[in-house]
Amino acid sequence: MTAVVILLLTVPVGAAIASLWLPGRVAGLVTAGSGIASLALVLAAVPAAAHRDLGWLGFLRIDALSVVFLLATAFVYACVAVYSVGYLQTPGPGGAPDRRYARRFWAGLNLFAWSMLAAPVMGNLALLWVAIEVTTIISGLLVALEGTEAAAEAAWKYVLLASAGLAIALLGTIFMYYAGSRVLGPSYNLAFGPLLSVAGRLPHTAVRLAFVLGVLGFGTKVGLFPVHTWLPDAHSEAPTPVSALLSGSLLAVSFYAILRFYQVAQAALGPRFPRDVLLVFGVASLLLAALYLLDQRDYKRLLAYSSVEHMGILAIGVSFGAPVALAGVLLHVLAHAAAKGNAFMGAGVLLRKFGVKRISAVTGGLDLLPWSGPLFLAAILALSAMPPFGIFRSEFEIVTGGLAASANVTAAVLVVLVTIAFFGLSLAANAMLLTPRRELPGTVHVTRGEPSAWIVVPVVAGLIALLVLGLHPPADLTGLMGRAVAALRGVA
Amino acid sequence: MSPVQAPSVYTGGANVIAVLILLAEFGMLRQALIRDQVRLYAAQSGLISVLAVIVGAVRDLPELYLLAALSAALKVVVIPLVLRRLLRGSRPGDSAADLGDIAGSGGLGLATTVLVAIAVAAFGFFAAGRLPVAGGGAPATALSVSVSVVLVAFVLMIHRRDVISQAIGLFSLENGISLAALVVAASLPLILEVALLFDLLVAVIVFGLLIRIHRGRAESLSTTELTSLRG
Repeated sequence: MTAVVILLLTVPVGAAIASLWLPGRVAGLVTAGSGIASLALVLAAVPAAAHRDLGWLGFLRIDALSVVFLLATAFVYACVAVYSVGYLQTPGPGGAPDRRYARRFWAGLNLFAWSMLAAPVMGNLALLWVAIEVTTIISGLLVALEGTEAAAEAAWKYVLLASAGLAIALLGTIFMYYAGSRVLGPSYNLAFGPLLSVAGRLPHTAVRLAFVLGVLGFGTKVGLFPVHTWLPDAHSEAPTPVSALLSGSLLAVSFYAILRFYQVAQAALGPRFPRDVLLVFGVASLLLAALYLLDQRDYKRLLAYSSVEHMGILAIGVSFGAPVALAGVLLHVLAHAAAKGNAFMGAGVLLRKFGVKRISAVTGGLDLLPWSGPLFLAAILALSAMPPFGIFRSEFEIVTGGLAASANVTAAVLVVLVTIAFFGLSLAANAMLLTPRRELPGTVHVTRGEPSAWIVVPVVAGLIALLVLGLHPPADLTGLMGRAVAALRGVA
Repeated sequence: MSPVQAPSVYTGGANVIAVLILLAEFGMLRQALIRDQVRLYAAQSGLISVLAVIVGAVRDLPELYLLAALSAALKVVVIPLVLRRLLRGSRPGDSAADLGDIAGSGGLGLATTVLVAIAVAAFGFFAAGRLPVAGGGAPATALSVSVSVVLVAFVLMIHRRDVISQAIGLFSLENGISLAALVVAASLPLILEVALLFDLLVAVIVFGLLIRIHRGRAESLSTTELTSLRG
């Protein structure tokens, strides 16, 4: 198991270094190989993690909860890496990307994936914070990669807001250290395991403060209202493969940090306080996102607000606290990663095909894109929690958990807001995909056909994953999530 | 109510330094030239290092000496150098804001902003003063001051409309957190502190890159034009 972790932390770095030297085409293949290898490594760890905690390795620590988030990250990384090979071959509105762009893109993509794979295996809250700050820094540069004025604006907003949020999270981490050092002595090093084992004796005020600061700080990167404002800009201006990673993996990894703080806070303060905090942030995010989804003109921003919606659902799911809701939350992390990855990859094809991000300028997608059109439609339906996809199952579990925890009003609000979000998403999808093609003045002439086979295969893989998660999750995965739920409830 | 006691030399000295750090933050808020703002930031960082040395000597935490040295090297020397180099790239003929005159870059009038900052700082000071927190490092009053520094740094970042001031606001926010860490987490293992500092270094490089990209695109350091992304 040690070998798996070490390989997981070295393969993407190796690929990043290699892509600085290799020509663009080869760098793409190396990246695709690195992505698939990372996914295989994480999959190899799933059966073991489903039955026991994988223990310690210096500063590293792996348990079922970290493997769930590793799985979400590695899956999107693998899909996006393969997809990007085709994406970079396809000329955009400004012509085919030049060599400098390609080199930076591949190196950045690998480093970004590496930092997100590193965060969930950190067994130390300070190093977890460092890893998440590194994800901000690398992805900030990737957002600026397109070189347009809007991209520079989005990158600046993103890095400044996320860094300020993470500064708040650092303050929370320091208070966590203070709480831990009261019990464990000054030689305490912010390791997570010892902190959790003595959580019952931690001073309450410090943990309370640390938890709220942690939720607000890491919540900035999760995209919780009211600190979500960077998110639609960064998601819409980044190169589309990067948007898929931002939305499917980065938000989830930041949510992982909140869950670690939640575990400590729950053990120290009891479930009431941390759940109330998450409930407020979750409902506010869901409400805002549902309303913004109704009136969007840019389809990448539409998907970005859908991410805010789903992060709100995660926070609400945790606040329900019932085991079935927590199982739903973890399934939701995986299903959202697959669905949002697919949706952004589909949006990337639309962008390459039509050259614009305006919803009103895209028509007839289903006719013009024989594969990507239907796949994009399926991804939108999956995001709207339609059966038989994974998100239907996870949201069903979350709502069931809400009713089981007799949070009837919240569960009802959740259902209503998710329905409003469904209207927003389906109206836009209808306009882009199902209306016949009209050649408006000022739009380019578009011919029928897929840009490349590389960009269809990973989306098909994502769709299969969504179907598996929705219809019949494998036994090892269920076992893994069972262990993670036990850890989240503090009974493991 | 305990009887009133004169504070010890250590407590008094540490509190004076903490208050000077807060004053430096206010100085940055009202400073009209970026160059002076960078100088104030360097001075503030220097004060943090001095406080770290004092806490290390009194509380017998020798790692703090090394930390103070590293932090001074990074925040008193490297970061100001990077920021100044970014400024030097300005060409004559650029707008006034590019030549370092940012007097007019505030979103509100200066007096209003300072009043808001004073109110925010007082709120932070008294709110944090109610926390039952007593660490093994600097005296607890410094914690209240550090919360004020953090809040004023936010006012600075919100109020200023130029990229360098916003970056300085963020870095001085980090100084406020360092001050808080000296109170409640003075014995944090050195390896973690070094990881945090290294992280700051990488962040500075990225901020430098983004500032250059922004300047190359918008031909200005001002953020008032950054309004195309909304909704």
